[in-house]
Amino acid sequence: MSEAAPALHRRLRRRGRNAGAGLVGAAIVGLWMFAALAAPLLAPHGEAAIVSNTVFGPMSGRFPLGTDYLGRDVLSLILYGARYTIGLALAATALAAGSGVVLGSLAAASGGTLDAVLSRAMDTLISLPGLMFALVMVAALGSSVPVLIATAAVIYTPGAFRIARSLAVDINAMDFVVVARARGEKTHTIMFEEILPNMVLPVLTDFGLRFVFIVLLLSSLSFLGLGIQPPAADWGSLVRENIQGLGYGAPAVIMPAVAIATLTIGVNLLIDGFAGGRRREFADGH
Amino acid sequence: MRNRVILRLIGARIGANLLLLLAISLLVFLGTELLPGNVAEIVLGQGATPAAVAALSAAMHLNQPAPLRYLLWLGGLVSGHLGHSLVNGDSVASLIASRLPNSLLLAGLTALVSVPVALALGITAAVWRGTLYDRIVNVLTVASVSVPEFLVATLAVLVFAVRLHWLPALAYLGAADSLGGLFRVFALPVMTLSFAIVAQMARMTRAALVNTLESSYVEMAVLKGARPARVVLRHALPNAIGPIANAIALSLSFLLGGIIIVETIFDYPGLARLMVDAVSTRDMPLIQACAMLFCAFYLLLVLIADIAAILSNPRLRFR
Repeated sequence: MSEAAPALHRRLRRRGRNAGAGLVGAAIVGLWMFAALAAPLLAPHGEAAIVSNTVFGPMSGRFPLGTDYLGRDVLSLILYGARYTIGLALAATALAAGSGVVLGSLAAASGGTLDAVLSRAMDTLISLPGLMFALVMVAALGSSVPVLIATAAVIYTPGAFRIARSLAVDINAMDFVVVARARGEKTHTIMFEEILPNMVLPVLTDFGLRFVFIVLLLSSLSFLGLGIQPPAADWGSLVRENIQGLGYGAPAVIMPAVAIATLTIGVNLLIDGFAGGRRREFADGH
Repeated sequence: MRNRVILRLIGARIGANLLLLLAISLLVFLGTELLPGNVAEIVLGQGATPAAVAALSAAMHLNQPAPLRYLLWLGGLVSGHLGHSLVNGDSVASLIASRLPNSLLLAGLTALVSVPVALALGITAAVWRGTLYDRIVNVLTVASVSVPEFLVATLAVLVFAVRLHWLPALAYLGAADSLGGLFRVFALPVMTLSFAIVAQMARMTRAALVNTLESSYVEMAVLKGARPARVVLRHALPNAIGPIANAIALSLSFLLGGIIIVETIFDYPGLARLMVDAVSTRDMPLIQACAMLFCAFYLLLVLIADIAAILSNPRLRFR
């Protein structure tokens, strides 16, 4: 329409995708994944080893991130903690995204009553404030690892369901699905062979965002003392255990929290780099 | 005629939210009933003599069937009889009444600070979209949404309380007896809470206004030579007010997550801390009541957001 339109389009495209940021994000996320997998090899000291007489010690050559409230090495604790923080969040995200996608495309592919029932049930779940729901679950069932994973998965399934369903509804109206239906294919064939393969990229983007929310949720629970229980400690628990050191400006309090921030910001950069920021508006919060 | 359409829409929203609240009450009840084993035995712990268990079971109506217990509990909830704490026997209603005003004060102050800041950020970012400023705001808001509240809080305490000694690290309400005292007590908690809320709200405000700014009637206004300020204030903003009000209410509902963390860190005597303490002592009646109150508050904000969207939609007004 106007002369400015192509320029505007180019600018939007540049804003949407950002390869540099994506690489930085991929590097950060990759490093943390590696740290989680190789923690026993990388950690300079044992997970529970009390290696210093100084509690809340400052950063030094021997203890790069200082010592904690018992005189343990904070770097080692963070490396071991990465296993809980990343592992639990990955499991919960996979569960949430998996059930969201399966239920969402099932709802879209079958329509009718099943769609209505599933959509209403998800609307109810999504209207529960997340951390609150988690508190109730933990109060009722205790905070074992399976309960934590299941709780986080339940909280973040409705969001995944909504996105998957709206994607599937769009795809469902396309010619090749109409043709498949006319051929007389079964609902599950249409779901797995026609609809699902066409929603991989947006679902992966959503997976990343959901992972960020779940990391924040689980570490908030641990921070409140209601997540992973001692002696195991994720990054949230490390902040909680060392909160007394805040008065001395101990790195033991700040560093685990910074680790969480680098992980979540890294995932965000990765998403911006490879899928563009547009999907984000829609997924914020849930 | 048109008022009736709007009233009916709003009425339907309120009805839907009440139904939702009922469904949530069922979920909360079921959730807290899932506890394996006899609740009375678990509550009594070491002191679970058969007589004590029987007495407590009777007091908690544990011998009645679950549907009846749900109805009893729901009736109590509606009439304000919330039962008694399992830990110290205090009435749940009075425990909540002593904490609720503090949480509302904290939430209110946070809203007072974060709404103007977020609107300013969101509107300017939308007007100057695509510029370096917009990009910086974008990066900062994404970063502050993806950072845990306790990192913001600990950094704020480290800088303002430990290093600079400007503000106290704990929010002791007794010190809030003057305007200066009030500021000193609330500065850090409100700053921490606002951080994520402002980011959320600014992003949504920007998205809402960009939508309007890119419509053809705004392009028309630009082409006919209206000054940029006039285009934004006179042409674009009035049509974006609905989505923006919607964004404000929705973002404020994120307060619920943040307030739980902030009250714990700053040792603030609010409702969220009451609930966290209740969870660690498994004080079920207190947890149930707090959970319902939080959910009701959350649904109220979402309802306000919906109503703002309905009221501001001219297509509904002139149908």
